[in-house]
Amino acid sequence: MRIAGKGRIDRNKPVNFTFDGVSYQGFAGDTLASALLANGVTLMGRSFKYHRPRGVLTAGSEEPNALVTVADDPNLRATTVEIYNGLDARSQNAWPSLKRDVMAVNDLISPFLGAGFYYKTFMWPKAFWEAVYEPIIRRAAGLGALTGKHNADDYEKAFAFCDVLVIGAGPAGLMAALTAAQAGADVILADENPMTGGRLLSEDETVGGQPGATWAAEVTAQLAAMKNVRIMTRTTVTGAYDQGTFGALERVSLHSPARAGTPRECFWRIVAKHSILCAGALERPIAFPNNDRPGIMLASAVRSYLHRYGVAPGKSVTVFGNNDDAHRTARDLEAAGVNVAAVIDTRTGVTYDGNAPSFSGGRIVATTGRHALDSITVEHAGGSRVIRTDCLAMSGGWNPSVHLTCHMNGRPKWSEKIASFVPVADAVPGMLTAGGCNGNFSTSACLAEGAAVTANLLGAAPASTPDADDTPYEITPFWMVEGKGRKWLDFQNDVHVKDIKLAAQENFRSVEHMKRYTTQGMATDQGKSSNVAALAILADATGRGIPETGTTTFRPPYVPVSIAAMGAGGQGHGFAPERLTTSHAASVARGAPMIEAGLWYRPSYFPRPDEATWLDSCNREVEMVRHAVGICDVSTLGKIDVQGPDAAAFLDFVYANTFSTLKVGKVRYGLMLREDGHVMDDGTTARLAETHFVMTTTTAAAGNVMKNLEFVRQALRPDLDVQIVSVTEQWAQFAVAGPRSRDLLNTLLDAPVDDDALPYMGCAPMQIGDVAGRIFRISFSGEHAYEVAVPARYGASLFNLLNAQAEAMGGGAYGMEALNVLRIEKGFITHAEIHGRTTAFDIGMDRMISRKKDCVGQAAAARPGLMEETREQLVGLMAVEPAQELTGGAHLFNDGDAPVRTNDQGYVTSVCWSPGLASHIGLGFLKNGRARHGEVITQVDHVRGVTTRCKVCDPVMFDPEGGRLRG
Amino acid sequence: MGYSGFKVIKEGLFGQKGWKPVWRDPEPKSEYDVIIIGGGGHGLSTAYYLAKEHGITNVAVLEKGYLGGGNVGRNTTIVRANYMLPGNSEFYSHSLKLWEGMEQDLNYNTMMSQRGIMMLCHSDGQRDLFARRGNAMINQGDDAELLDVEGVRREAPFLDFNNTRFPIYGGLMHRRGGTARHDAVAWGYARGADQRGVDLIQNCEVTGIDIAGGKVTGVQTTRGAIRAKKVAIVTAGRSGQVAAMAGLRLPIESHVLQAFVSEGLKPILPGVISFGMGHFYISQSDKGGLVFGGDLDFYSSYAARGNLPMKEHVMEAAMTLMPMIGKARVLRSWGGIMDMTPDGSPIIDKTDTEGLFIDCGWCYGGFKAVPGSGFSFAHLMATGNHHEPAAQFRLDRFRTGRGLMDEEGTGSQHNLH
Amino acid sequence: MRITCPHCGERDRREFTYQGDALALNRPAVDAGTAAWDDYLHNRDNPAGDTRDLWYHDPCGTWIAVDRNTVTHAITGSTPVAKVTS
Repeated sequence: MRIAGKGRIDRNKPVNFTFDGVSYQGFAGDTLASALLANGVTLMGRSFKYHRPRGVLTAGSEEPNALVTVADDPNLRATTVEIYNGLDARSQNAWPSLKRDVMAVNDLISPFLGAGFYYKTFMWPKAFWEAVYEPIIRRAAGLGALTGKHNADDYEKAFAFCDVLVIGAGPAGLMAALTAAQAGADVILADENPMTGGRLLSEDETVGGQPGATWAAEVTAQLAAMKNVRIMTRTTVTGAYDQGTFGALERVSLHSPARAGTPRECFWRIVAKHSILCAGALERPIAFPNNDRPGIMLASAVRSYLHRYGVAPGKSVTVFGNNDDAHRTARDLEAAGVNVAAVIDTRTGVTYDGNAPSFSGGRIVATTGRHALDSITVEHAGGSRVIRTDCLAMSGGWNPSVHLTCHMNGRPKWSEKIASFVPVADAVPGMLTAGGCNGNFSTSACLAEGAAVTANLLGAAPASTPDADDTPYEITPFWMVEGKGRKWLDFQNDVHVKDIKLAAQENFRSVEHMKRYTTQGMATDQGKSSNVAALAILADATGRGIPETGTTTFRPPYVPVSIAAMGAGGQGHGFAPERLTTSHAASVARGAPMIEAGLWYRPSYFPRPDEATWLDSCNREVEMVRHAVGICDVSTLGKIDVQGPDAAAFLDFVYANTFSTLKVGKVRYGLMLREDGHVMDDGTTARLAETHFVMTTTTAAAGNVMKNLEFVRQALRPDLDVQIVSVTEQWAQFAVAGPRSRDLLNTLLDAPVDDDALPYMGCAPMQIGDVAGRIFRISFSGEHAYEVAVPARYGASLFNLLNAQAEAMGGGAYGMEALNVLRIEKGFITHAEIHGRTTAFDIGMDRMISRKKDCVGQAAAARPGLMEETREQLVGLMAVEPAQELTGGAHLFNDGDAPVRTNDQGYVTSVCWSPGLASHIGLGFLKNGRARHGEVITQVDHVRGVTTRCKVCDPVMFDPEGGRLRG
Repeated sequence: MGYSGFKVIKEGLFGQKGWKPVWRDPEPKSEYDVIIIGGGGHGLSTAYYLAKEHGITNVAVLEKGYLGGGNVGRNTTIVRANYMLPGNSEFYSHSLKLWEGMEQDLNYNTMMSQRGIMMLCHSDGQRDLFARRGNAMINQGDDAELLDVEGVRREAPFLDFNNTRFPIYGGLMHRRGGTARHDAVAWGYARGADQRGVDLIQNCEVTGIDIAGGKVTGVQTTRGAIRAKKVAIVTAGRSGQVAAMAGLRLPIESHVLQAFVSEGLKPILPGVISFGMGHFYISQSDKGGLVFGGDLDFYSSYAARGNLPMKEHVMEAAMTLMPMIGKARVLRSWGGIMDMTPDGSPIIDKTDTEGLFIDCGWCYGGFKAVPGSGFSFAHLMATGNHHEPAAQFRLDRFRTGRGLMDEEGTGSQHNLH
Repeated sequence: MRITCPHCGERDRREFTYQGDALALNRPAVDAGTAAWDDYLHNRDNPAGDTRDLWYHDPCGTWIAVDRNTVTHAITGSTPVAKVTS
């Protein structure tokens, strides 16, 4: 219920929301948890394994119990969900309802479901694991659900840079930010809460003589007015990475309904020269029998609900603790007029000084109440007593939030003084720690340390530190009450003390074994409130100290991060850049389906109205090139400009064959090896002038080739005077192929070409009107063909011009399908053949590797294994029955052999219907294939169900003499 | 002690008091027939099969940390036999068969779940490559199906088929592939080895390998010197350091590979989905967490943690492939140390030092190999002969160029990714 | 992860492509023999600690030798390969 006059909620702004279909009202500033508690709702969730009814444990992001689904967003912590009008929250992991959950039957049979039980059973009969047991387990698994529908909300990512990143805006963080800002540093102050202040929002304390929250608001206003400060609320720093990079998740609009154009969340990459962790500390529970009933929560959470939200989580609250915070909780409740039923301190000789009965040296040994706490039983020096109570505030002490200091493999160290782990200095380079996360818990110490570490870092003056509470933290470690009943540790995963002991009994003594065997700390809270107690119990069970037992590994993210936020921009077409040629629009306008070719898009074929299938178009385009003229945009091929006195020597080194002998005005095919002796790429290179070459690469390998050329230039052959630059984007280039290609070009070129001016494998400058370009007489189709290149800005118009001329001559544009047929007929290879595993020997080009010079890959290519006759060698394949298809990826077998691995002779790489040969043909690799031309073998494609006999032949199947090429 | 449903019920009734330690914690003896350096999945399975298949039980497994603390405990739990190249094909096929009988063999529920693995293709060329792979799998006697787009849609209707950068052309389905509970595999083999008399010695770091006259004689450890007739190096990402103790320089670079798990969610994924174009793969665990990963971070590292660029790339791939995943939240991410060979395939071989053997180079695919690797390595050490399914995993293949197994076609030289 | 390009200054790791151990700079002669080439192409010290490896800064095309620690990921130096003398 609400307490009048308390809380930092806006009582003038009522907010209507629903939980499991029931309408409630809260106020602006409420979380779902605080608003539900204000409405008397304590049951908020079900645990993972036993479906135990659970209420809130905490008031923060570490909440293990109260997980809800809002709209299509599962597993949100009710303790951090800010309510808004129309919020519709639903409970999870319960059916048919939160109150009556059928799966709670698991709890009844829990004696049989101890830690790791599933490793020991479900093995008989063998088939039942997958048929029966696993499906049942799977159905029961999980918490919230995804809808299965495409994400429709907006998410963003961004970079930010600063001198000082302050993580946490509590008293330490505010002082750190103020000190850094006053010193002139660029400051980012990030806090996961909607407002700054940290624990000051949840405590009844004064700072500098005014309420702590007021002080925090004033300092925040002061910071906000400074140009060198950026305050990022609702922003959780989730991970610390190398060289001062941090991940941070900003919940931009989760506190309101989703609306288009506003991101739900933004994932930040913050690069900071220095960071100051002021993440505070998290309170930990005490393990006692049935310590998980709704209404049992952390004492700090009770104070948060009281002071921050003006809510009393119970009518009659009992407080149980091993440190002075228990007493503070009782005092605050009594001051607010809430009945405190008892104050139980595990320490002897420590009595509560308020009105409520005080039990020193007390233990809670039992609790009752199914959906809400009803009573507890306390044992103390004077005996045993049952106390009626609907809320229990417990405090087992505080654990510094050391997480981020451990993200780069740091391990925290044990502090006897606070009975918890504290950070180790320099665990994250450039990161300092201050305040609660450093084990200094009093407000006064937090303020002072935040200012001091920052001042020290920057060599500046600390911001003046106001007076504040400086009560020292007194704790006597107390982890567990012995007694009948399960003493819960990991509330969400239902791990209790006995599970930890069983792990130790079975010799899962390493802390990692214990974690993995029991699932302790593996729930959505990653053991934030439970790990330390579990460690203490394991240490005890194995007869070791806690420091010797050690911790499990802290891993990012600190709080779970939605994939939509961290993957923002990837959805749809954003995953990779889209590269478009200059003819793209014209191709699309002609109805060509555009297909992905690496990052590029290229036309598949150019359909005409009378064509029913892609094959009709493809066949027509092939015939067009063979008998008239075709136009194809080949701009996607990589183009690299190579210039300098040593350009030829450079090419001799990067290509297997020789280029220094190439005459100016000529083009040569080049074979490029990787240093491991396999084929990397091929292409043509033209010598435009004595010291000027232009190289082409395949579309796919362009980037890699450029990188490798740079490596050779900078690292291996710095002696050569050569410059290289990628000009792929600068030139648009078109193949003009077919017997009428020259006729076509001569209608456009200012200076017509002939065989003398431009013989096969020649190149020259050319001029079309005002546009200067280049012309190469090269062919990837086996036809008399040219490639013309113009500056990219003229690409679109040249394509249209060429196309119009071609169409007038009975030709036209052709796409990738026809290009593929044309090259297969001619045995020209692509990356289907030079797929990374083939050698020059395999493709019959080993003699191209010049022995007169060194080149990349020459030494490794000479390894015996790379040129053995038994290797699979490139061959042509023609169907014995022309109408029977060959299929890419089929394997080759000797006729009559069973199609099994041990009989494997090779495989098919490229196939097509050849209009010219009127047969299905293909290229493939066959063991010792060059010696087997004429042999009939069988291709078997199990996965497509195609078996075809085919004849092995030379890869050049069409016009083997090459007359058309030169003619 | 045998495990069974009956035993679980009995112990449930009697307060779980009867469960015995799953393995002993013996002090190291002064001498063993075989010392296995490394108590990860491969080391433990090697010990198990040495004992079970060859009766060699005077064996110690020396582990510097805790059993199963390496990559076997931090992978994405995928089991498959969908390799294309000879050498790999027969090995993973054999390993998968061992998986299929593992639970009964070990009397330990490793939760092998053959939910299928679907690799997606995004071009005609990729489809042909998948056909080649699928045909190789069938040639080997394993299962493969080439799916068209509708086939993929039937398996995973939630994928984005219409508005994505790399449209789905189809997929290669391997129904016998799936996932298993990674830790349980390590524990099951450890328990089985221990029951057969193998000494599993944790917190025992090897600091030296003793060699005399070209023969291995034992090891130096943080718990004293131990003599042995045969020594096996099975230390994955740390192979370089351990091999150096024997004067060996390996064709291995250690890299970081990250993996991710989401918060628990109700079942939504049918099996394993692999999106090669985006270097992304994903499955859902029995507990409901989405388990996924991507490519190497691409820098040599022993930090067992990665950086944001690859994390974000993985999430972006997830969003373009299956935008329904957006509201799942990543709970934890971690990194493993991958022993990358130049060609991406492993090494199970003798060394030039008599009695010194090595099993390494599993790159990012070691988990599914755990049974097969242990079986074949035990065979090699016990008999002196290469086990047929692993006979191609030779150390000298890089020098000779014979039998390179570069499945990805990226090169048989480091960092040609 | 941030790497300093000698030309462009400190940049995010995603601007760089990694290429492994800097021994790639010491390319053997073509006739140096099998063992030398095996060591060059395949065998690695693979240190757990300080190493020098090669990175390519994609936007400016510079190959850089980076002094780096493989355990901590600390980066202590970066030199254009053209200026590496060893």
